[in-house]
Amino acid sequence: MNKNKEQLLNKRYKAEQRFRLYGLSAIFMALLFLTIFIFKIFSTGYSAFQKTWLIVPVTFDAELMMLDQNPSKQDLQDADYYDIALKSMADLDPNANEDQENELKRMVSYFFEKEIKNELLNDPNLIGKTKEVYLTASDDLDQVFKGNYPRDLPEDQRRVSDYQLKIFDQLVANGKVESKFNISFFTNADSREAELAGIASSFMGSIFSILVCLMIAFPVAVLAAIYLEEFAPKNRFTDFIEVNINNLAAVPSIVFGLLGLGVLLAIFQLPRSTPLVGGITLSLMTLPTIIIAARASLKAVPPSIREAALAMGASRMQTTMHHTVPLSMPGTLSGTIIGLAQALGETAPLILIGMVAFVNTIPGSPMDPAASLPVQIYIWAESAERGFVEKVSACIMVLLGFLIIMNLFAQIIRHKFEKKWS
Amino acid sequence: MNLILFTFIVLLGFTSYYFGRKKAYTIQSTKKRLTALPQFYGYYLAIWCAIPAFIIFSLWAIFEPTIVKLLILSDYSNQGYLDDELNLLYEKSKALSRGQFTGEITPFIEASAEKYLSLRSVAQSSKVVIVLSAIIASVAYAYKRISSNSRTREPVEKFLNAVLFTASLAAILTTVGIVFSLIFQTIDFFKVIPLFDFVFGTHWYPAKAFVRDSSEALDPTMYSDTFGAVPIFAGTFFIAFIAMCVAIPIGLMSGIYLAEYASTKVRQYAKPLIEILAGIPTVVYGFFAALTVGPFLKELGTSMGLEVSAESALAAGGVMGIMIIPFISSLSDDVITSVPQSLRDGSYAMGATKSETIKRVIFPAALPGIVGSILLGVSRAIGETMIVVMASGLAANLTLNPLESTSTITAQIVVILIGDQAFGDPKTQAAFALGMSLFLVTLCLNIVALRVVKKYREKYE
Repeated sequence: MNKNKEQLLNKRYKAEQRFRLYGLSAIFMALLFLTIFIFKIFSTGYSAFQKTWLIVPVTFDAELMMLDQNPSKQDLQDADYYDIALKSMADLDPNANEDQENELKRMVSYFFEKEIKNELLNDPNLIGKTKEVYLTASDDLDQVFKGNYPRDLPEDQRRVSDYQLKIFDQLVANGKVESKFNISFFTNADSREAELAGIASSFMGSIFSILVCLMIAFPVAVLAAIYLEEFAPKNRFTDFIEVNINNLAAVPSIVFGLLGLGVLLAIFQLPRSTPLVGGITLSLMTLPTIIIAARASLKAVPPSIREAALAMGASRMQTTMHHTVPLSMPGTLSGTIIGLAQALGETAPLILIGMVAFVNTIPGSPMDPAASLPVQIYIWAESAERGFVEKVSACIMVLLGFLIIMNLFAQIIRHKFEKKWS
Repeated sequence: MNLILFTFIVLLGFTSYYFGRKKAYTIQSTKKRLTALPQFYGYYLAIWCAIPAFIIFSLWAIFEPTIVKLLILSDYSNQGYLDDELNLLYEKSKALSRGQFTGEITPFIEASAEKYLSLRSVAQSSKVVIVLSAIIASVAYAYKRISSNSRTREPVEKFLNAVLFTASLAAILTTVGIVFSLIFQTIDFFKVIPLFDFVFGTHWYPAKAFVRDSSEALDPTMYSDTFGAVPIFAGTFFIAFIAMCVAIPIGLMSGIYLAEYASTKVRQYAKPLIEILAGIPTVVYGFFAALTVGPFLKELGTSMGLEVSAESALAAGGVMGIMIIPFISSLSDDVITSVPQSLRDGSYAMGATKSETIKRVIFPAALPGIVGSILLGVSRAIGETMIVVMASGLAANLTLNPLESTSTITAQIVVILIGDQAFGDPKTQAAFALGMSLFLVTLCLNIVALRVVKKYREKYE
């Protein structure tokens, strides 16, 4: 009898331990996913912050450039750089036949002509001289240099030919290949060529969308929250508004995209693909988030504050505007920032309103077509070129960096400025 | 131009505020009692400045384009042009006047572009005159009216209250906007495709509808067997099911552990770390699923002799599950912590272990809240877009094999609407019909879930 009891107790204790272990392993799993995730993004993305350059001697032959003696600045602008650019690449291998010369040309980016031009524009005295110029390597060679490219594939399955690899290895051996910090990733707009593609246009697109979103969503949401929390009578209509807000907060984001497409683009005829439309769509999405946060922080202001103000003869509007709302601002602001961070990461609605178009210019206003950071991630992730994989990860790192900063900012506002009532 | 006018009106508003307050001070200096603080007199005037400006601006924005168009087209209306042609010509001349026109410039377009420009400038200047005179008249009228015993606080506060009330309508307007944008396209869609075919058809090939000429597009027989949404609904629920298989056990167990077992220190760090998972943009999850999980599962499957598609439902659903973990864990954590301590104490007093208390007492007590949180998670899984678009297939297969690729409502909407759309095309309308069904399904889930959670909260508060 006694023994039986002890066995039972043991069994129950074991079950207890098992249950505890399940819980612990669940948390462990969740954190493991997070770690794998972050590790994966960083390990594929960090290399995009480096860019490979080929150092190629270029002879600035005035005759090939069709330049006269003592050319003016304008002449230098208009000169023909294609021939000297081509020649300097072909000179890498003096024995190259025509096909091989073509392959040599494809070792650098399409931009090489312009890079050579800029070199001369910076220093016009170079005419007739030879100088080693840094040329952006093609994205495949860039990947080869970073060790991301499987060199052991059969030649017909690679985009880099054996010949190009041979010349490239010679250049590496001579120290004519260099890796430098990739500034153009931050200053260039999108491009079909992975080695030239940058995030500047999508970054500006994101900034403009978020600004439009903030300018619409914040005032409307705060005013709505003040009304619902401080003035609204408790009746069916305000209940209906409340149900609406809670429901909107859980409506899938793509439905807001359909709203933007069906109402903003089709009926109001706003310009497609612009951060203006994107921002308005996002603001409708962020509205419920901010309203809920603002209401919570208004609710947290103790009634004694209101009573004191009313007792001093303030009207209800004065009480609200002079006392309750300022005291609730820290909570509202941090809720707003969190809502904006969500909006910043949103992709699907922006795709539907056309912000997925290929944009190779940097937008100067919310009325110019643009992409946004998450959409840029989508565009690059869908493209087949190997060079874009690391760009996607790098773009994700930039985006995550922004989200982290925004969330930290929200935390700081909350902890530093929010009054603790006890 | 509008910006300058707007700035000017704002300046006028400040000036009227200043004059209103000054008048109040003057009244005060004659030893008469004011009925409100001086600034209310200022606000009162500023509102009288803002209201006419707002009304005229909005009327202008609504009517100006139509009137200008009518004036321009009235010259040509009896020359035998069709309405569509006239519209096109009007759009072209508008583009030309903005300098954005690239096509061939005919004398007609040039003339109407010139007329457009002149009409616009007339409209602009008359707008300036009308707005400014209306503002000055209304402010002057209000200025005359205020005296020591006129009420200014009440109207100002009533106005503010009205503004607050209007802002609170934004949520309703958004819902109306959503329904409005979906419903017309959906009705048009069901005029061409019978509802029965949509709900019970098993073939979904919207691309078939796309190649047709728009002039033939109204023949419904062409679309039979093109817009059968069963594979898509099935795929949506299937992927959501896979996601919940990952999210429920992990989310629920970590919620229970955080609420009942974890020390404050562990809770303090683990909870925000898990919530990071909810803050990661979905497009990032999609990339992760497509780049890492998909190929990994494919390799794993090949090594076990299974054929796994690189874009399997399992990869998309699994990653989606990871995304949903924090929703379930933090909601069930909240729900469990709000179960009253007395229930726990009672159970311990009867000699139950902690896990027995959780399983037999707390879990049943918290069940409605937990179900609510799971329903919210399901609604999120059904509405999730980017993971599916990037990691699962785009072809709608009717399958229950998690290793094959399937498609979902959201993915189909994106596939159809990416790039240029022609409204009026059944393919575009199909996307809106899908959006409508998505909205309705998630609406029901949300309302039920929110009601359950609310009922539960009321029970213990």
